[in-house]
Amino acid sequence: MQVKTNILNLPTQEFVHPGTRACTGCGLSIAYRVGLKALGKDTILVVPPSCLTVLQGLFPVASTKLPCLNVTFASTAAAATGILATLKTQGKEHITVAAWAGDGGTSDIGLQALSGAAERGDNFIYFCYDNEGYMNTGVQRSGTTPIGAITANTPFKGKLQQKKDVPAIMAAHHLSYVAACSAAYPLDLYDKIKSCMNLPGTKYFHIHIPCPPGWGYDPRYGIKIGRLAVETGYYDLYEIVHGKFRLTAASEKLMEKRKLVPVRDYFRAQSRFRMLTDQKIEEIQRQIDAKWAGYYKKDE
Amino acid sequence: MHIIEDGNTTAALGVKLCRANVIAAYPITPQTPLTERLSEYVESGKMKAEYIPVESEHSALAVCIAASSAGARVFTATSANGLLYMHEQVQWASGARLPIVMCVVNRAVGAPWNVWNDQQDSISQRDTGWMQIYCADHQQIIDTVIKAYWLAEKASIPIMVCYDGYILSHTTMPFDLPDQEKVDEFLPPFQPDYALNPDEPANLNTVTLPDVRIDTKGQLAHGYMEIRCLLQEELRTTLQLASEAEKRFAGIFGRGGNPYLEPYRCDDADYVAVGLGSITYQLRVCVDALRKEGIKVGVMGVRYYRPFPDAVIADALKGKKGIIVFEKALSYGYEGALTSDLKSALYEHLAGTGALPSVQNFIVGIGGREIHTRDLTENFRAATQGRVSREPSWIGLKL
Repeated sequence: MQVKTNILNLPTQEFVHPGTRACTGCGLSIAYRVGLKALGKDTILVVPPSCLTVLQGLFPVASTKLPCLNVTFASTAAAATGILATLKTQGKEHITVAAWAGDGGTSDIGLQALSGAAERGDNFIYFCYDNEGYMNTGVQRSGTTPIGAITANTPFKGKLQQKKDVPAIMAAHHLSYVAACSAAYPLDLYDKIKSCMNLPGTKYFHIHIPCPPGWGYDPRYGIKIGRLAVETGYYDLYEIVHGKFRLTAASEKLMEKRKLVPVRDYFRAQSRFRMLTDQKIEEIQRQIDAKWAGYYKKDE
Repeated sequence: MHIIEDGNTTAALGVKLCRANVIAAYPITPQTPLTERLSEYVESGKMKAEYIPVESEHSALAVCIAASSAGARVFTATSANGLLYMHEQVQWASGARLPIVMCVVNRAVGAPWNVWNDQQDSISQRDTGWMQIYCADHQQIIDTVIKAYWLAEKASIPIMVCYDGYILSHTTMPFDLPDQEKVDEFLPPFQPDYALNPDEPANLNTVTLPDVRIDTKGQLAHGYMEIRCLLQEELRTTLQLASEAEKRFAGIFGRGGNPYLEPYRCDDADYVAVGLGSITYQLRVCVDALRKEGIKVGVMGVRYYRPFPDAVIADALKGKKGIIVFEKALSYGYEGALTSDLKSALYEHLAGTGALPSVQNFIVGIGGREIHTRDLTENFRAATQGRVSREPSWIGLKL
């Protein structure tokens, strides 16, 4: 078991300049900053249009100190493949190629290219930062917007459909590494990136990203909300290494405690769930309990 | 060395001679044999390159865009709906100023489905900021691929090498296969001004504002409009570059001449047929027949379609009585795109000189409709006797 990174031994070198164009309290700022620390200097980034495009700054100013290729919405993973192929012909395979796309750019418009690259086994790391909607364009629903969430195009009833389980889709591609992380647990993200960098083929990271304007909460509560999602057992931190599933960090601890915070606390902390009825919340609570009962059973 | 191959293999041999580093392609008829040959060269070790079998044409060009941004010489090829599916990436490639070479094996676009030849696919990409060159035989295909890399890399502008599906792609023809040494002499390794590189980080294609903006060092950087204007201006300068490429090529390979146009019996002609690609060779047969009847006609193939060599064309057609444009595509709602471009060039350069020819537009071979030389000749003859119609006239139509 490797030594876990803590705030004292986290590298101090920064690859994101302070003062980006991200919103106040943006969860992506945390995940991106820590993620790049783990990836290190020898990295080339690929970014489709998304909140990260905004965070990265407007020409000719950039907030990231790593080379970055901005690409079209649907082409992120294919672009990563193109850079990799070139590095191979140049004998520079020590350079890591990392794609960072939003949930719309991954679960909706970018899924085909991602699936293609994963099936080919192209050796790069794909990060889906999931703020559960098209936040950059003004909070529209995406494939990963959860049931019950009010968005600009589910304005009154909230989204009626389930969140798409993208990590499970990616796991079905027989990847060497799939991880679910959260901006509220950046060190878990850091350790997971470090642990998978030498694994073959495509590595997939799903990162839950609290979003103050999209989710409707005071910006200072971003970490609290992100943690509530995990502590309620609603969003789980895990990794799947060569097909082997394991809960990590706070989710792993929940296995020991065997006690979940009621999911109501998570929903009632955000205005996007205001139309979610008590009855619906109870139904979701039952689903979470059943999911965790499965985890407990596997553990025994 | 003279060999006999089909058009797709000819193009593949050209790409191999140019030592492309990264190839990405998605299968579509009639392009498939071209990419099959390339994957054979790569897998057998005859060609040192990465071949990426992508899951779509959109991704094929995405791979090329990214690989080119990282410093590779790249290649892709497509046809018809594959090219249309790429459209977003086509625009991105030229905006990002990447010297990508793509063969377009011309085919009709859906709906309804049709796998046969016309040129609606590449003509519909006319305004995307790419160079477009049309080929009429296999020698032109292989020579154009080689020249295309030189041109694209000199100008940092992508280029489409277009040739007719089946008529050229699936027919065999003898041609001179250039020597590898001579190709290496003509085409040095690709050296981009900037390639993605952790030692020299840059954020490429980022959001660029409507107006100019100062960078962190106080230098004024371009706004979006300046960047787009430079694409237009530098695309226009490739007209001169094409001449330079032709001279260099002729010096090394001993063939070549006019990079823009391919005239046949035009000098003393009263009426000149104009077209793109293989139809211009078929029209030569019509010209010979009409000449025997005493009608002074010629045919001029337009090889270089974008940027449009307007001055050269106007000069070549100056004083002719009539121009008859035979097109395998059209700008729906008006007329053939080449016809409009020609009229614009003639008006610009010849209006008021008394040397302005009339222009007649024929639409032919849409969706692979058989183009009978007899029909071409009849319509050509009719057009020399007076304008057939104001609207484009469809040859061989059975409505």
